[in-house]
Amino acid sequence: MRPGRVVPFLAAFAVWAISEGCDRGPLADRAEKAQRTLGSERLPPDVRPAPEPPARFDVGRPATAAEIAAWDVDVSPSGVGLPQGRGTPMQGAAVYAAKCAACHGGTGEGQVGTPPLGVPAAPKLVGREPSDSFAFGRDPKRVKTVGNYWPYATTLFDYVRRTMPLSAPGSLTNSEVYAVVAFLLAANGVIEQTAVMDSLTLAAVKMPARDKFVVDDRKGGPGFK
Amino acid sequence: MQSDERRLDTGPANGVADAPSDDGAPVAGSGVTRRGLLAAAAVSAGGVVLARLPAGAQAPAAKAAAGAAATQATPAPVATAYELSAVPADPTRAPGPPTSALGARSPFETPSRAPVGIVAGSSLTPLHQLTGTVTPSDLVFERHHAGVALVDPARYELMIHGLVDRPTVFSLDDLKRLPSVSRTMFLECSGNGRGAFRAPKREMSPQAVDGLTSSGEWTGVPLSTLFREVGVRRGGTWFRAEGGDAARLSRSVPMEKGMEDALIAYAFNGEPLRPSNGYPARLMLPGYEGNACIKWVRRIEVANEPGMFRDETSKYTDPLANGTARQFSFVMDAKSIITAPAHPARVAPNVWTQITGLAWSGRGRIVRVDVSVDGGKTWVVAELQEPVLPLAHTRFRVPWRWDGTRTVLMSRAVDETGYTQPTLAEFRDKRGPGTDYHYNYIRSWVVEPDGQMFFGADL
Repeated sequence: MRPGRVVPFLAAFAVWAISEGCDRGPLADRAEKAQRTLGSERLPPDVRPAPEPPARFDVGRPATAAEIAAWDVDVSPSGVGLPQGRGTPMQGAAVYAAKCAACHGGTGEGQVGTPPLGVPAAPKLVGREPSDSFAFGRDPKRVKTVGNYWPYATTLFDYVRRTMPLSAPGSLTNSEVYAVVAFLLAANGVIEQTAVMDSLTLAAVKMPARDKFVVDDRKGGPGFK
Repeated sequence: MQSDERRLDTGPANGVADAPSDDGAPVAGSGVTRRGLLAAAAVSAGGVVLARLPAGAQAPAAKAAAGAAATQATPAPVATAYELSAVPADPTRAPGPPTSALGARSPFETPSRAPVGIVAGSSLTPLHQLTGTVTPSDLVFERHHAGVALVDPARYELMIHGLVDRPTVFSLDDLKRLPSVSRTMFLECSGNGRGAFRAPKREMSPQAVDGLTSSGEWTGVPLSTLFREVGVRRGGTWFRAEGGDAARLSRSVPMEKGMEDALIAYAFNGEPLRPSNGYPARLMLPGYEGNACIKWVRRIEVANEPGMFRDETSKYTDPLANGTARQFSFVMDAKSIITAPAHPARVAPNVWTQITGLAWSGRGRIVRVDVSVDGGKTWVVAELQEPVLPLAHTRFRVPWRWDGTRTVLMSRAVDETGYTQPTLAEFRDKRGPGTDYHYNYIRSWVVEPDGQMFFGADL
């Protein structure tokens, strides 16, 4: 770029940058960067480098609180997101029998018989074996259940409310979800049969497998982990 | 019709498992699936209907061609579609079929995915029927947990909220207005290879062993652009993505990945995504396991902790031999598989052919692929097809002349971090025989003395 063209260009760039509401660092840095992108190439006199993109394009529309509330069903291990409502194992037994047992079996033993064509075998939900260890890596025959593998009780609420029953996801009331979660936790021996699950008690439940999960330590490079 | 028979012969057979596990990867099987046969038959039936349409009914261009032909004194007979019965003895002696709106495959070529399950299942890419590095759009593998969501693009919205200054809803048009990025990269289900590990069978093809990986050019808007639009607040260390399907599949991803190279992708191989791959928009996390690349993505919440969703706790965690389970094991480590020759191929002795396959790594470029034709005793360096792209399927090749004795072929990938694909023994030792996901150990193929090839199930 000829020196004679640099000054007017920089001036134009500064005007543009201000008008675009640039707020990322001093203009001098940005101008220097724009110049640098030219490298040693000599541009024709009617060609200039493309302007830097703005910090924001102002695309999209504001999400309303009602819209967010309608879609945001996340439940965190801390209990954030757990709704009002409550349920007991006994209430949950009725919900389970009506909505879950057809696929997962009467006592959460998993798929009974052959599932309908194309429908996955419903997993086993109840069972604490192996009670003395977390031997899933060593023993391919171990079957993961809520009681022996799931690290957070809140995940059970989150998942059931989102996806179950498979044929009508989202059809259970919050109290029905609390109840069926209470039923499964009690069946797995995690809570008492007399316990009541609500937004406070569920978040306080500690699952048997809670401490078995470790952060991914693979990092590439030589050696297999 | 001949093509019907060909489809049934070459369709989803080749030892593809028929029992979907809960994570979609086949675990055991008895060959052809009923669903696969039904699907193949339906496709064939559709082909028959198309083939029987008169030439003029297929496209305006075809009408024009027919009109032009009519002006000639003796119009030559024109085949109306690409069907086997229309293939002449000498294609130079009569005009072929007219122009058409969609480019169909040759009737001699009938590659197909191998579907396993319906509501929650997967369809495996026919790796053994493909060449090069790009997977055709209709053969990209699929995996979903509550069926394929059919989404009206005019009603599609992506909401970003949580720890942000400006909770925002983006339409599909909004996303497409923003500066786009195109990137060629692989996508692999972390359950890929489960069937070969848990219930290996000699009659498994590359499709059955590792068909849950595909590669091609993805186009979309960087997630970092969207995060700048909404203004991520201090403390927003994770983002949680939710799909707009009946599973509302959700995963938590570290914010660094979102700022580094994540995309909201809306196109693959130059056209909008196919529904089974997330139409109209999905999350793409280069190098990460497919499950985290949420399809039909409709909501992203910026948070200060992961959601600990079902698919990052009870599923997609890797039990290890030491009595723990690895969590948030996102990156797909280096892996390779010989795609030809491999089961169900039969090789001829004492003639030159090539051994070829695919290698990829979620940590960068493949720098070397070693091939063994003696069961791993010695290795040779394969030629890599340039350009070698990071995080993309890389084609490797070695010329080979089989001497007619029983032997075993293997491939071993090395990526730019220096990571080398482990042996099955190393894999079993470190992870345990009951481990799950990320099955990236060396694959083996047995050549029997008659030239018939089989998957090296326990090698």
